[in-house]
Amino acid sequence: MRLTQGTFSFLPDLTDEQISSQIEYCLEKGWAVSIEYTDDPHPRNTYWEMFGLPMFDIKDAAAILGEIRSCRRTFPRHYIKVNALDSSLGRESLRLSFIVNRPENEPGFGLVRQEGPGRTVRYTTRAYAADRPENERY
Amino acid sequence: MDAAFTAKPRPGAAGPIPPGPAAPERGAATGTAAPGPAASAPPGAAAPEPAVVTGELDLQAVFRDSHIGDVLDELDTQLVGLVPVKSRIRDIAALLLVEKLRRSVGLETGPPSLHMSFTGNPGTGKTTVALRMAEILHRLGYVRKVHLTAVTRDDLVGQYIGHTAPKTREVLKRAMGGVLFIDEAYYLYRPENERDYGQEAIEILLQVMENQREDLVVILAGYKDRMDTFFRSNPGMSSRIAHHIDFPDYTPAELLAIARLMLAGMQYRFSEHADEVFQAYIERRREQPHFANARSVRNALDRARLRQASRLFAARGGGLAREDLLTIDAADILASRVFGAGAPENPS
Repeated sequence: MRLTQGTFSFLPDLTDEQISSQIEYCLEKGWAVSIEYTDDPHPRNTYWEMFGLPMFDIKDAAAILGEIRSCRRTFPRHYIKVNALDSSLGRESLRLSFIVNRPENEPGFGLVRQEGPGRTVRYTTRAYAADRPENERY
Repeated sequence: MDAAFTAKPRPGAAGPIPPGPAAPERGAATGTAAPGPAASAPPGAAAPEPAVVTGELDLQAVFRDSHIGDVLDELDTQLVGLVPVKSRIRDIAALLLVEKLRRSVGLETGPPSLHMSFTGNPGTGKTTVALRMAEILHRLGYVRKVHLTAVTRDDLVGQYIGHTAPKTREVLKRAMGGVLFIDEAYYLYRPENERDYGQEAIEILLQVMENQREDLVVILAGYKDRMDTFFRSNPGMSSRIAHHIDFPDYTPAELLAIARLMLAGMQYRFSEHADEVFQAYIERRREQPHFANARSVRNALDRARLRQASRLFAARGGGLAREDLLTIDAADILASRVFGAGAPENPS
């Protein structure tokens, strides 16, 4: 099952050129771009691991694309996303976030039902891959 | 430019090739598979010639559209002298224009290497030109952004093992898309200390200069003799720099023109006599040690302003006209140590 989180997630994967022009758009707006990765893409897992600090003083997309490539080299089978942070409101708020790398095989999520008191049922989702330990998931 | 430019572009080449020809070709292929009246048609009829620019290409029009003329004129008016520098910039501008034209007819070449090294005596305008270079290269369409990252050894070289590489990479990342200006570049390499981390920074620089030349232009600057030593000990660096530009010393006439430009920028002007006196000042100052070309001129002007101010202040009884405030008199210059008068001053 294809993970659909963030912007553009229902489109085919962006090419590097398209990623580059999206980043260029962010930089034009004065947003700082950061790269994050994870192998636990649960929808409620908001904070992924940071791949370096957000790049605050970068002027050109080539530098960030280079970082994305190096992140892909390091974590070829992780989910990697690019975030753009806007500081104009006095805090870094997320403006744009999209996935730039995903594992080849995405088993998806299972629905877990929990019997509660009476006849209540609680539902939760769990990634099939999350059963395995970290770094062996995909 | 006649026969060469009328040639058909290569099929894979990017350029103004209409998507039309691809479809008819497919049509022609199916036509041969199923023999019929359509297949007997000559293939040329099914796949018309792509509409390539035929005939003469207008280099003049490309030149006009790029506004490079303005850049070059601006350079001529704002920078005095520096003939080798300007002619090199002209060459680069011409190359980039022709490159643009070549691309428009589907002749693909890699981006030319534009890394530069500026060498010359103190005060010959190396830093000034480098600061300009970012704008010039941007207008020529070579770099994507008008931004110049000026760094020295401190910004590139770390203090302990493993500190240098991330530091240098960080600087390179910041400079991407523009110009990286390394002032006093010879400090990067310290031959007297073999464990100096400068070598590591140089290696990373070389790698990026070679592999990402479309993302970054590196300009090294420094005094001639020390840069020569630097390049001798780093032949890889020397060969990766396409443009070694030597900044000549200014002639007295050029120095005077620079002085006038500087004064105009500060909203001052020479009185008629002061002009001649300053010329004499330059002649004498050039003979003295620690002469730093335009920088010495600027310092001399700054001191003349000081003397003008105190002259006006001393004569504060009488009324002052606007004219008095903006005129530098011969006396303000004649009081200089160079003429053997006045209090001893710092020579610089």
